Amino acid sequence: MVYLTRKIEFSASHLYHNPAFSAEENQRIFGKCNNPHGHGHNYVLEVTVAGEPDPATGMVLDLKELKEILQREVTDRMDHRFLNYEVPELAGQIPTCENIAAVIWRLLEPKIKRGHLNRVRLYETPDLFVDCYGEGNGASGHAGGAR
Amino acid sequence: MKLHLSRRYRFSASHRLHSEQLGEEENRRVYGKCNNPYGHGHNYVVEVAVSGPVDQSTGMIANLADLDAFVEGEVIEPFDHKYLNEELTEFRDHVPTTENICIEIFNRLSRFPRARLERVRVEETGLNSFEYTGESAGATHE
Repeated sequence: MVYLTRKIEFSASHLYHNPAFSAEENQRIFGKCNNPHGHGHNYVLEVTVAGEPDPATGMVLDLKELKEILQREVTDRMDHRFLNYEVPELAGQIPTCENIAAVIWRLLEPKIKRGHLNRVRLYETPDLFVDCYGEGNGASGHAGGAR
Repeated sequence: MKLHLSRRYRFSASHRLHSEQLGEEENRRVYGKCNNPYGHGHNYVVEVAVSGPVDQSTGMIANLADLDAFVEGEVIEPFDHKYLNEELTEFRDHVPTTENICIEIFNRLSRFPRARLERVRVEETGLNSFEYTGESAGATHE
């Protein structure tokens, strides 16, 4: 098995607010992220696909194809968007790094036709990131599965 | 689908690699420059990964404010700007290699009540790092 990782960046704004909570609760739980005007990040996304290289091409999957999938599914949807209001997949959810990573996993997973999606890692900042694994990937903490 | 939330923290500390179980000559041979009796220091980076169900009312595995406060109390405050050999009782009997620092930090953070600790990764410098996932990978840490 070979693991191929492609990285992209997108910039977007968001805010954390749960209408079921009072204004004070929202402020206490979400702190600065509850600013009603929102704030933004430069997100970095690493997508890892696992598979056996095709003997004819030597590729797990064509990077150009992966690049196009990421452009269509992630960049076109999320780049320079206000995630709360402009990304329907996040409607009704708090756009935390956890929830965005899970949405990205669900968008990408059915589009990867060669190999399979192994890990989605989404950095909100260089010091905060979320790894998303499928049920079968063991979630050992490594793109690559078992140690 | 399984999610891990990871956060990076920093502390700076000094240490000396010297084993009481080895002679002076042997210590110098094994640890080289790191055996300097005056010690030396590093800017350590600690990467902490936790997992758990995402609370849909907050969208979070764990509130970062809680995780930050816990790591601050258990690791940053006791380790930052300290001489690890002398100021942490755990390293009176264990050489404060980054392996042992990583295990000690994991054991401290495994008590975090709001999510399950998956992994601790410690960078001693930008060029070497160590990871620990508990006694056996995949085991439940209670």
